[in-house]
Amino acid sequence: MDQNARSEHFLEIKSLCRTFEDGFMAVDNFSLTIKQGEFVTFLGPSGCGKTTTLRMLAGFDMPSSGEILLNGKDITKLPPNERPINTVFQRYALFPHLNIFDNIAFGLKLKKLPRAEIVRKVKKALEMVDLEGFESRTVQTLSGGQQQRIAIARAIVNEPQILLLDEPLGALDLKMRKEMQLELKSMHDKLGITFIYVTHDQEEALTMSDKIVVMSEGRIQQVGEPEDIYNEPKNAFVADFIGDSNIFNGIMTGKYKVRFCGAEFTCVDDVENGTMVEAVLRPEDIEITPPGEGIIEGEVSSVVFKGVHYEITVLSGKNELVIQSTRKAQVGSRVGLSVDPEGIHIMIAENMVNKFEVGVKNGYRPDFLDGVPDFDITSLLPGSRMEGGTLLDAHGDEVAPETLRVIVTIKPEDITMNDDEEAGMVKGHIVNMIYKGDHYRYIVRSDDDEDFIVRDEDLWNMNDYVSLVIPRDSLQFALKK
Amino acid sequence: MKAAVKKELPGKIFIGAMLIILYLPILVLAFYSFTTSANIGSVHGFSMDNYVNLFSNEELRSMIFGTVLLAFGSSLLAAVLGTLGAIGAFYSRKAARGVIGGLNEVPVINADVVTGFSVCIMLVVVLGIDKNTFVPLVIGHVVLSAPFVYLSVTPKLKQMDSSLYEAAMDLGATPRQALTKVVLPQIQPGIVSGFALAVTLSLDDYFIASYTKPATFDTISTYVVNATKGSQTEIKTALWALSTLIFLIVVLVVILMNLRDGKEAADFED
Amino acid sequence: MGVFRFSRKQLGIPYAVFLICFVAAPLLVIIYYAFTNGEGQFTLGNLTGFFTSPYTIGTLAYSFAIAVVTTCVCLLLAYPIAYILARSHWKAKSVVIVMFVMPMWINFTLRITALKEILTVVEGNLAFHPFLNTIIGMTYDFLPFMILPMYTTLLKLDNSLLEAAADLGANPFQVFLKVTLPLSVPGIISGVVMVFLPSMTNYVVLDMLYNSTYIMGSLIGSYFSAYDWHNGSMIALILLLIILVFTLVTDRYADEDAGNRGGALL
Repeated sequence: MDQNARSEHFLEIKSLCRTFEDGFMAVDNFSLTIKQGEFVTFLGPSGCGKTTTLRMLAGFDMPSSGEILLNGKDITKLPPNERPINTVFQRYALFPHLNIFDNIAFGLKLKKLPRAEIVRKVKKALEMVDLEGFESRTVQTLSGGQQQRIAIARAIVNEPQILLLDEPLGALDLKMRKEMQLELKSMHDKLGITFIYVTHDQEEALTMSDKIVVMSEGRIQQVGEPEDIYNEPKNAFVADFIGDSNIFNGIMTGKYKVRFCGAEFTCVDDVENGTMVEAVLRPEDIEITPPGEGIIEGEVSSVVFKGVHYEITVLSGKNELVIQSTRKAQVGSRVGLSVDPEGIHIMIAENMVNKFEVGVKNGYRPDFLDGVPDFDITSLLPGSRMEGGTLLDAHGDEVAPETLRVIVTIKPEDITMNDDEEAGMVKGHIVNMIYKGDHYRYIVRSDDDEDFIVRDEDLWNMNDYVSLVIPRDSLQFALKK
Repeated sequence: MKAAVKKELPGKIFIGAMLIILYLPILVLAFYSFTTSANIGSVHGFSMDNYVNLFSNEELRSMIFGTVLLAFGSSLLAAVLGTLGAIGAFYSRKAARGVIGGLNEVPVINADVVTGFSVCIMLVVVLGIDKNTFVPLVIGHVVLSAPFVYLSVTPKLKQMDSSLYEAAMDLGATPRQALTKVVLPQIQPGIVSGFALAVTLSLDDYFIASYTKPATFDTISTYVVNATKGSQTEIKTALWALSTLIFLIVVLVVILMNLRDGKEAADFED
Repeated sequence: MGVFRFSRKQLGIPYAVFLICFVAAPLLVIIYYAFTNGEGQFTLGNLTGFFTSPYTIGTLAYSFAIAVVTTCVCLLLAYPIAYILARSHWKAKSVVIVMFVMPMWINFTLRITALKEILTVVEGNLAFHPFLNTIIGMTYDFLPFMILPMYTTLLKLDNSLLEAAADLGANPFQVFLKVTLPLSVPGIISGVVMVFLPSMTNYVVLDMLYNSTYIMGSLIGSYFSAYDWHNGSMIALILLLIILVFTLVTDRYADEDAGNRGGALL
């Protein structure tokens, strides 16, 4: 009983925070419980805080606040040499002045084990990584993959309770990486110890892990098994980061009914009517039909052969959909698109803001409404500058306008509705309204079929034709990566 | 191919001529050091007298011994101080590193006359330390050479994979063990070349020694400069022998070093 | 950062204290002595004395003349050597460059002694050509310091840049003038720094070659012999300022790797 409880709460990380000297918050309130013997992966883009978290577990970095409990014992302030945890480093960190035997024996010698035992353990560790007989080789004579194995052997020979792996396969080529993924997984099964693995490669995470922790900007976005993370992403970030996906802003229009891309779809998520949502469509879940037979229609804008399938991009109105299909399509042809209800994953939109993704034209101005005055593209791209009408990035390379996508954000409270049609530049009908206690939230569908969220204290009627006044200062811009 | 050889020929002649000019004085002196001649140009018979004199003359012998002892002693101090300084500065905050690095540059770019004079004023005039204690001389030579140890160790620290230290700690080493078992072996080539540089700087120095040495003590440099002012032919020709010996030692060391480097390169290719 | 980094930082303390006591403090003492007289009172006398005496101003001018001529001669000899060696495909070029550097490791007073003997045979009496002999002596002493940084810079020169220039229509002379020479500037600057300042101050070369004219270094030597710390400090201070200005001017062109004496010697 006690044993069982201990193994369920093997490693407890409680509200871990790390703020750097320059004020940057690398890890923000990270809490997680890890079971004994689990394979846990911290997944996220670079700078998301995953490596910093790992370094705090190893003891290389001290948290600003929070605590780490191992078997119920506080190890937060323990130096790395006193933790029963070993690390496989990103660039292996093998000691170049020692041969393979001395590298692997490094930790054992510090523990002052008898020579015979050290020899035996090193031999066993080398067998484990399939490099028998490598004892007297030097580090420089090994290939990247072999160095990787030695780094693993050097860590596991100390029989740690937890093995930390910091993007250990990052420096290997694709084939070797695939091979090592399987090998690490089987090594994990054989050793039965807890693995904590850090990577930015979602495929790697999905292949190997028992549990994935998706991180972004220092915060945990979602924790779950690989299937859950893939099929039921909690928010747009997770959906976008795990696998390819199409994400659209939408609104619930009835029970199991959701409207996005200018059409109404049936879905399986029961969300309250009128809720602003984001709909996720995996590329493999969209089906291409003859024109007129799909839910929406569009024109094929590109077709790329990817080996197993074609990646087909279809432009439907202003929305771009990426589709994976085993059948080829003709660029320029009109097609219909349909999605099964199971293929639509509905996420409740967290922050109610208007978000529009647009291209740039006419001297790098966002193609939004009738153009944006006083816009400086260089403010969005750090280190960039304009030279003779061309945008140069921090490296001095030219940035083509067609490669840029700008995300325009407007807060609902910054938009005012007016019944004078000439007052604003956007005109449309009110298609939805919800009373929110002290104000109403309206959805205005413009003549261009764009939905605007507007907050207003006055009562309007459904289907009123209104114009929206959007002050220039309320527009916020960001560059899509 | 032939055209290329032809094109390179003038270059080879020029390089060869420059080398001859560079080595002619040393080689001529070496030749005459094995004769009884007291002046270049007049040929006399072969003799080892100069070499015998060099080692039998008590004054010359103690001067050579003192110079070498000073060079190795001060370089050892410089190696320890410079290495510790480089490690400390490397792991310090930017501001502290900037101060140490900046002060370190001063003796490097400063004229040796100014360095020697300022150390003399500080230690002898202001602090009143007696030159006969050798303290000003040793400190002067450490001031001269420690910055070069610092400069040759710092790049090795920069090249070192920063995770090696962490890896050692991760495998159970205490900070001190991580330093001695991992960091020091990694930067060892820098320490060795810094030490070698310190020795040559000390051996070559005239100015710092002349401002800080005890009146009765001479290094090779100060001795040679005084000897050229005197007219003792026996001393003069014994110094030819010394110059020849040093030349031979330098050649030997260079050959040995190249052999070792060659061997290491071969090992690496293997 | 972590608790355990603390001990590594502390290792630097002895050297920091050493630098403060024996590098920083002596400079302050020099400044103090330069602006005081024998009674310890503040004075500008040493400063005005230097700049009003035709004797000391003449010494400054003579030092500059020696330094400028020595630097030019070294540059004209060293650049072709470095260029030919760096651009050649000789197998033995690394041996040759070591041969050019090797004299640096022989005590310079012994080398000047050897040079003096040869010059005596050639010229008869050294006293007839004091300036010429000084230039020869300085060049002989400092040439390796000029060759090495230029060689390092030229060796690193990317061959494809030269090919690109030729491809774009430059003839070999234009390639040299428009690509090779501008790109070797950092090496040239490093070499100039290492030759110019010592040739203003290394008075032993003059002494040994019987040139009785003073240069800046000799002034310090003679004030030192006369126990005149105040005027000696003023000369040291003036030299320091020259070095400072020189360093600030050259620093931005200098090559990181070969930017100091250390870089060239290592």
